[in-house]
Amino acid sequence: MRSMVYRGPYKVRVEEKDMPPIEHPNDAIVRVTRAAICGSDLHLYHGMMPDTRVGMTFGHEFVGVVEQVGSSVEQLKAGDRVMVPFNVYCGSCYFCSRGLYSNCHNVNPNATAVGGIYGYSHTCGGYDGGQAEFVRVPFADVGPGLIPDWLDEEDAVLLTDALPTGYFGAQLGDIAEGDTVVVFGAGPVGLFAAKSAWLMGAGRVIVIDHLEYRLEKARTFAHAETYNFVEHDDIVVHLKKATDYLGADVVIDAVGAEADGNFLQHVTSSKLKLQGGSPIALNWAIDTVRKGGTVSVVGAYGPIFSAVKFGDAMNKGLTLRMNQCPVKRQWPRLFEHIRNGYLKPSDIVTHRIPLEHIAEGYHIFSAKLDDCIKPLIVPTAA
Amino acid sequence: MPEIPTPYTAGKPALKKSAEDLRTRIPGWGADLDPADRPAYPREQPGIETGAHWDFPDRQPEKWPRERSVEHAFLTPVFGTSTPPKGVSGSIRKYAYKYSEGRAAHWLLLIAADRVDAWEHHLSSFATLRPDNPVTETGVLSEFSRHGISSRFGKKRADLSHQWIDPVIVGAPWALAAGGVAAATLRTLRKRGAA
Repeated sequence: MRSMVYRGPYKVRVEEKDMPPIEHPNDAIVRVTRAAICGSDLHLYHGMMPDTRVGMTFGHEFVGVVEQVGSSVEQLKAGDRVMVPFNVYCGSCYFCSRGLYSNCHNVNPNATAVGGIYGYSHTCGGYDGGQAEFVRVPFADVGPGLIPDWLDEEDAVLLTDALPTGYFGAQLGDIAEGDTVVVFGAGPVGLFAAKSAWLMGAGRVIVIDHLEYRLEKARTFAHAETYNFVEHDDIVVHLKKATDYLGADVVIDAVGAEADGNFLQHVTSSKLKLQGGSPIALNWAIDTVRKGGTVSVVGAYGPIFSAVKFGDAMNKGLTLRMNQCPVKRQWPRLFEHIRNGYLKPSDIVTHRIPLEHIAEGYHIFSAKLDDCIKPLIVPTAA
Repeated sequence: MPEIPTPYTAGKPALKKSAEDLRTRIPGWGADLDPADRPAYPREQPGIETGAHWDFPDRQPEKWPRERSVEHAFLTPVFGTSTPPKGVSGSIRKYAYKYSEGRAAHWLLLIAADRVDAWEHHLSSFATLRPDNPVTETGVLSEFSRHGISSRFGKKRADLSHQWIDPVIVGAPWALAAGGVAAATLRTLRKRGAA
C-alpha cells in the first residue's frame, strides 16, 4: 500500500509499505478515504516530539471504509463507513471507564503520561497513522463510529480531532453567559474554539494571531473580534486595555508548542529542542486572563520542560484546565449542532492534497503558504 | 476626574451587545449555556458506556521485546508495532527506557536517538535505489507553485524572523557531509600526488 513516511526533520515521502495486519482480536483494518494534516503533526515533522522514528506513518485525523475486522469485533463489519477518533483507547481501564478516553492506560506502553494517538510517535504508543491507504484501528468496538448518512465525509474527518478539540477547549473554560473569551491561535482548533465559545454564551470573543488571512477567517467564520499581535508593541497590555484593565474571564491556548511572538522562546523549542514547547501563547494567556479566571489549554506541548510563568498563574489564583480531547464524547452534541446549522466544519478546509504529493502538503502547511488553514489528504485508493 | 476602569471598583463591565443581539447575530448562540448540555461536563463520568465488552482486553502478541515505560506495571495489552528499534538509535532508545518519564535523561536520550536515527537512515538510503532527496522530501518546490514570496512578504508575519533557520537545519548537515567527502578526497589525491 502507499503510505506517508517520515524521513527526518522537515522530510517526508510516500513509500510502498506492507498492508497492516490484524494484531489483536478487536482490531479493524480501515481503507482511508480522507485524512488531514493537523497542526500538531508539524511538531513531529519538525522533529520536536521525542521518539519519532524514521519510517513511521503520521496521521491521526482520518475516515474510511472498514476493510477487515478481527474475531471479537461485534459493532463493525467490512464495508462500513467509519470516522475514527484520534484517541486509541480500550474503553475498560480506570480512565476510559470514567470517560477520560484520551488518558487510556492500556494502549501506550511507552509512556504513562499520555494515552494512545494514531501516527504520533512512540511517545504516544507507536501506532502508524492514517496518512496512508490503509490503517490498523485497535478496539474497533470502542473508538470508531459509523458516519451518519447525512454527514459529509469532509465534515466527518474534521470531527476526528479539530472540531471536537476546539469545542472541548471552550468547555474547559467553563464559560458563563456574557464572559469575555480570548482565543490565542486562529488555526483550525482556535477557529472552532472561538465558534464554540458563542455556543456556550460568551458575550465577547477575541482571537489573536499573526497571520492576517487566518484572522480574516476568524472574523467571518467565527464572528470574532481579532487582533494581530505583530501590530501591538505588547499584546498583553493591549488586551488589558481592550477589557477595561480587567483581563478576560477565559483564555484558550489553541497554539501549543510552536508559538511565535518571542524569538528566543521559539528558537529554543522549535529549532533547538531545548524546551518541550514554546510557551509564548500560554504565558500570554496567563498574563491576559483576569485574576480568578480560567486558562484552557488544548494546544499540544511535548513532554520536556517548558519555561512557563507559573508564579503569575499561582498569584492570580487561576484555574488551569487542559487535556487531550476525549473525542467520541463530543460527537452526539456536535452532530446536533451540525444538523441545526450552527457548525459547518469543512468551511475551514483550504487545500486537498493527493497522498503522492504529501511532502508539498506538509511544506505548504508548515510554511503557511497559499493562505493554508486546513489541508486534507486524498489517498490514492480513495 | 477620569473614569475609573473596572477592576478598581466592584462593578462588572457592561456587555457590548445584549444576549438578544447575540442570539440574532450568531447561529446557535447560547445553545450550550447550561453546563449539563456540555459533553465534557462533569469531567469524569463513572460508568459511561464505551462499547467495551471485556474487563481487561486480550493481550496482543509481543513479536519483539517491546520497549516500555518503567512506570507501567507490565506491557500494555495493546500497543503500536511501527518501526521497531534498530541500530545505534535503537540502542539509545532502549537505554532511554531505563529511566522514568520523570527524568530529563529519558526524554533527552530519546531526542538524541531521533537525530541519530535520521542520520542512520540518510546514510543507509545511499545504498538503496531510492536515496534520500532533500528537494522532493521537503516539498520545497511548492515555494514556486504556492506563492512562497507573496505568502510571506508584506504580511506582518512574526515567523519570518526565524524561518531562515529551517533550510539551515535541513541543509547544513548535507553541506557539512559534502564538505567532509570533498576534503577527504582532496587529501587522498594530494597523498597520491606526493607519492
